[in-house]
Amino acid sequence: MDKIVTIKNLVFMRGQRKIFDDISLDIQRGKVTAIMGPSGTGKTTLLKLIGGQLSPQSGSVVVNQQNVHQLKRAELFALRKQMGMLFQSGALLTDIDVYENVAFPLREHTKLSESMIRTLVLMKLQAVGLRGARHLMPAELSGGMARRVALARAIALDPMMIMYDEPFTGQDPISMGALIHLINSLNKTLGLTSIIVSHDVQETAAIADYIYVLSDGKIVGEGTPEQIAASDSEWVQQFMQGKADGPVHFHYPAPDYFDDLMSNQLS
Amino acid sequence: MSNTYTQDTLVGFFVACGIAALFYMALQVSNLSSYLDTSDTYTITASFDNSGGLKVKSKVSVAGVTVGRVSAIKLDKNRYESIVEMQIEKKFNTLPTDTTASIFTAGLLGEQYVSLEPGGSDEYLQDGDAIDITQSAIVLEQVIGQFLFKKASE
Amino acid sequence: MQIFQYLGATTRSGFAKLGRATFFLFHCLPGLIDVLQRPHLLIRQIYSVGVLSFLLITISGLFVGMVLALQGYYTLSDFGAEASLGIMIAASLVRELGPVVTALLFAGRAGSALSAEIGLMKTTEQLSGMEMMAVDPIRRVIFPRFLAGIFSMPLLAALFSAIGIVGGYMVGVGMLGVDEGPFWSQMQAGIDFYDDVVNGFIKSLVFGFVVTWIALFEGYDAMPTSEGISRATTRTVVNSAFSVLALDFILTALMFGDT
Repeated sequence: MDKIVTIKNLVFMRGQRKIFDDISLDIQRGKVTAIMGPSGTGKTTLLKLIGGQLSPQSGSVVVNQQNVHQLKRAELFALRKQMGMLFQSGALLTDIDVYENVAFPLREHTKLSESMIRTLVLMKLQAVGLRGARHLMPAELSGGMARRVALARAIALDPMMIMYDEPFTGQDPISMGALIHLINSLNKTLGLTSIIVSHDVQETAAIADYIYVLSDGKIVGEGTPEQIAASDSEWVQQFMQGKADGPVHFHYPAPDYFDDLMSNQLS
Repeated sequence: MSNTYTQDTLVGFFVACGIAALFYMALQVSNLSSYLDTSDTYTITASFDNSGGLKVKSKVSVAGVTVGRVSAIKLDKNRYESIVEMQIEKKFNTLPTDTTASIFTAGLLGEQYVSLEPGGSDEYLQDGDAIDITQSAIVLEQVIGQFLFKKASE
Repeated sequence: MQIFQYLGATTRSGFAKLGRATFFLFHCLPGLIDVLQRPHLLIRQIYSVGVLSFLLITISGLFVGMVLALQGYYTLSDFGAEASLGIMIAASLVRELGPVVTALLFAGRAGSALSAEIGLMKTTEQLSGMEMMAVDPIRRVIFPRFLAGIFSMPLLAALFSAIGIVGGYMVGVGMLGVDEGPFWSQMQAGIDFYDDVVNGFIKSLVFGFVVTWIALFEGYDAMPTSEGISRATTRTVVNSAFSVLALDFILTALMFGDT
């Protein structure tokens, strides 16, 4: 199978804390790959490492046969034009309207005429169903709409892959459904590779072709959604089914409850 | 796009106001206007025993009317005299060769300036000429000293 | 011992910050190419940095000039030197108050706004988003603002001084009855174009550079939280005021030192 992203023995530290401890994973071209794990496991960090915004302490990230962290600045920028990234907040530019936001990468990277830009922008907005909202400012959009506009902007330059950072967080069921449908159809119709970082188990499992589960800087499980669901790892089971207690304890590490209450002193 | 147009207009207005303010300061507030015609001047020099507090850009006047400015003050190393170079406007080109140059003070505490007193000669000073008859700046300490000396000898 | 540790750590982080700020400055310079290709980026920023400060600067200038005329008149009239009112107002405005007060107002009005804007763009991942779109935010976002600040500041300072002189004229000649002739003639005799007007202009250029640099860097260097942004705006105003006053001393010593 054709691999678009290969991560080998990646180690990333933030201060003294190890975010990634020697992880390796592959992402297949044209598939939807999900990277799941609890909050704070550095899933967003992984996307920033793939996009070259952060550099690892050791290990390599190879995107489309290019080692991201050995590229020169201009080469990295050329590579980024082929990657779209959808930020959790949408990251729309707040001082320009929806139309200009989608036109932004086109204006920055191409010398297309104004009428060509208009056609392209309207096509991308049509794809996310927001052609009618082109004159709104980002502040007037709901969270779900903002993400769809950001998606239209991410596909403006027809990239080969898109990275979604927590696309489902804080969405109502309708916009969630719209986003799932969009990610799926973009993947199928345009042949885009999708990397989804998420902790929303059901929604992600519904569209992913392959899932990696991260915990404490390591990959604790991988496979197709069916394989993951049938995993015999207790940890994966707790995460996938959302149990309150299990290998990950409900309580933050603390001294014994009884002793704590009895030691009635101000320390 | 009318929004952009308004913005452009306001920026243009702002820049125009700023430049107008700079021009206003240059022409109305400062002495730039007196610099503007520096090309139309000719140079004359005068040697003084003592040029006192005279400075570059000090006024040069005839009968109280400013006709030019001091452009340089140098020391003559052999004769220990002060050589004052003056730029005189071309329109005042009828200064006789026997003109006297004196250094006076405007008011009691004011700036020092060069005063030219035309003589009676038929020939006029040309560019690069020197004035022979000069009267040095009055140094207050010397005047007081002489006054006291004279009083004492009486 | 702890005091020395604290002092050492503070000094070190201060140098580190200055280093980052210098790197930041050089990083944004290639943005000149983008601005030359698309001058509209600059015009937009001149609007928000310069035009929006216009009213504040002109009104402040008017009042400062009027106050100078009142105060100067009372002092000068004791010596019977009311005729020197014009030169006194013009000299204080053109040499000192124009550049300095404008820079302080500019830091409060435009500088803090720039810091907050950049800080907020960082917090909402707009800068990060641009980077992922292969657009360098330091070149694309920071540089046009930087250039707009350097460009607007001398114009604002000139406006401040010019309006201040008009204000001084209104009070001095209009209200207090100082004679108009010597008001202007003494001013023109005393204010030298190169020594005063041009040096004041250079001062305001330097202040514009420093204030905008501080404002943009503080915004860019802010912690991406609401508290981080509020600290960054405060630091912008405080550091700008401090730098402007310190630099004013140095520049004055250099410019007006030997005459």
